[in-house]
Amino acid sequence: MNDTMRPIAHFLGFTALLRHAGFAVAPEQTIAWLAAIELLGPNEIGDIRRAARATIGPPPERFAEFDALFDAHFLGSIVPGLEGEPSDEEPIRAAEDSSVGPEPIFGDETRESGAEATTAERLSARRFAPGDEGETLRRFARALPARVPRRRGYRWRSARGGPGTDARRMFRDAMRHAGEFVRLRQRRRRLRQRRIVVLIDVSGSMKERTQAHLALAHALVRAADSVEVFTIGTRLTRITRPLRLRNREQALGTASLLVADWDGGTRIGDALHAFLAVPRFAALARSAALIVLSDGLERGDPTAMADAVARFARLCWRIIWLTPLAADPAFEARTAGLVAARPYLDRLADGSSIEGICANILDMANEKAA
Amino acid sequence: MAVRHTIVGIGNPRDLEEALRAAYYLADDELSTAAYLALALGKPLLLEGAPGVGKTEAAKAIAGVLGRTLLRLQCYEGIDASAALYEWNFPRQMLALRQQTEGAANVDIYGDEFLIERPMLACLRRPQETVLLIDEIDRSDHEFEAFLLEFLSDFQISIPERGAIRAYERPVVILTSNRTRELHEALRRRCVYHWIEYPTPEREMRIITMRASGVSERAARAVVAAVGRLRREPLAKLPGIAEAVEWAEAATLLNEQGARWPDAFRRSLGVVLKDEDDLVHIAPKIEAILAEAQA
Repeated sequence: MNDTMRPIAHFLGFTALLRHAGFAVAPEQTIAWLAAIELLGPNEIGDIRRAARATIGPPPERFAEFDALFDAHFLGSIVPGLEGEPSDEEPIRAAEDSSVGPEPIFGDETRESGAEATTAERLSARRFAPGDEGETLRRFARALPARVPRRRGYRWRSARGGPGTDARRMFRDAMRHAGEFVRLRQRRRRLRQRRIVVLIDVSGSMKERTQAHLALAHALVRAADSVEVFTIGTRLTRITRPLRLRNREQALGTASLLVADWDGGTRIGDALHAFLAVPRFAALARSAALIVLSDGLERGDPTAMADAVARFARLCWRIIWLTPLAADPAFEARTAGLVAARPYLDRLADGSSIEGICANILDMANEKAA
Repeated sequence: MAVRHTIVGIGNPRDLEEALRAAYYLADDELSTAAYLALALGKPLLLEGAPGVGKTEAAKAIAGVLGRTLLRLQCYEGIDASAALYEWNFPRQMLALRQQTEGAANVDIYGDEFLIERPMLACLRRPQETVLLIDEIDRSDHEFEAFLLEFLSDFQISIPERGAIRAYERPVVILTSNRTRELHEALRRRCVYHWIEYPTPEREMRIITMRASGVSERAARAVVAAVGRLRREPLAKLPGIAEAVEWAEAATLLNEQGARWPDAFRRSLGVVLKDEDDLVHIAPKIEAILAEAQA
């Protein structure tokens, strides 16, 4: 580090610390912060803190943590309670060898989900027998393209009977007809498919169903344009890429190699937080249709699960939670985690059969927001 | 980064705070610092907070302090360029073309007189006279947010028939959000950020006595205590600052007409709680809350 850098090294250390704790700090924000400090004087430590808050802009629910880090860095105080965050100091990475295949390194796509396990993690591999729900899935895949949820795009296209007037096209036409407007041209917003994000619970309590769920996810990935699939259990694993393979058995086989936490415990809250902590993944959920295939039997902290679902609710367009327990018509959310998360879900419905899940997904676009 | 140390005589956050107070807006340290930094660094100011904490009021006060016109762009689902940027005056263009074919002089139908300015374009063209308020941005959809991102980074837009229009100086832009959904990280990054909290009792007290006319200190104190208590209840719509001010005014009015004190508060409850479920929820507790607030 050269001499001109030395005075600001301490400030840069703080932004590095923030990034380490999982705050997103862009270089332009660092620059703005340094400029702000200069502008304010600074006369006292409060100026530096206020400048940091204004330019770096931590989300309101993390203010306390932000201030604690600030105190720790600039005032040298040691603050307890920093260790419960999703991005721990020492994330325990999956130690497996990287499986070769279309998907890159294992560690890149798998996140250890944080706090101590309440249930022993059982990491195991799994083999699949060919399923028998082939016909249902084929029908589902045929019906899907017409019924995927869509959003209004920002661009217009000319369309008869559209709500807008396509003035540009009319003028062009008028030029050809000596300035005469012959026909009213209309236009409407182009529709685009919403991204669909599927989270599949692969914990022990969902053991019998995971294979069918993966097969369904495969059909979904093949039939719709933009679908992302993750498995949640004690870890979070992205399996979208192997599922893009045309051959179902091969796709499921490759995907199953990536997932290391088959039939383990359930820490849904942690897995969801792990998802949100990766900006790249969180961006996938933005304005997407989120489908969760899980029984919601949370072994970890139910409030963590509710917090995560609340954040998903702010990010996503709609959340539907399909649980096999809802096969019973008298079903109500009873576990602490699901009760706490219920207000944020747009629908909590039956996920006991593949037919039921397919019907719910096909129905998603019709539903009014809850 | 172009840094302006002084804007209309305001050289530090404290100056701004005083100027805002003169414009009847009580800003705390954090808000005046954030607003000053936004002005000095030439960045947009993003204000987030629960409904009714005075985000829009802050924007109005800042525009007032700068002596500029406030251009307000209210966001809604499906908002698009023709509402935010510009629109061609289509009927006038048609008329002009007709007149031309009937022998009138040649007109450029993409001239200024055919362009209908919307807030964002108006702000680009007159950055020194205007403050652009993009209100409740969380109501717009993600596509509009992406478009806004482009606008806020270069302060430039392009009109296909006319070419690019660029602000000759960075305009003052204020964005507000109720945080019903999360804004894009890239958008937050470009802004100076401030989260407006509900005010502390002392500050709310000062706001009420400043904004409401003829409210006694005792009444104001009771309103502040009661509203603070109501904000801790699980209500669908928590009372904002404007509601607190109105409640104090309404109760004072009823009191002047002869209603006794706790009664005046209870009868004017409709200006604070505007939801049937909330009123039902609070009905059994209201006596206790008012008694406690008056103590």
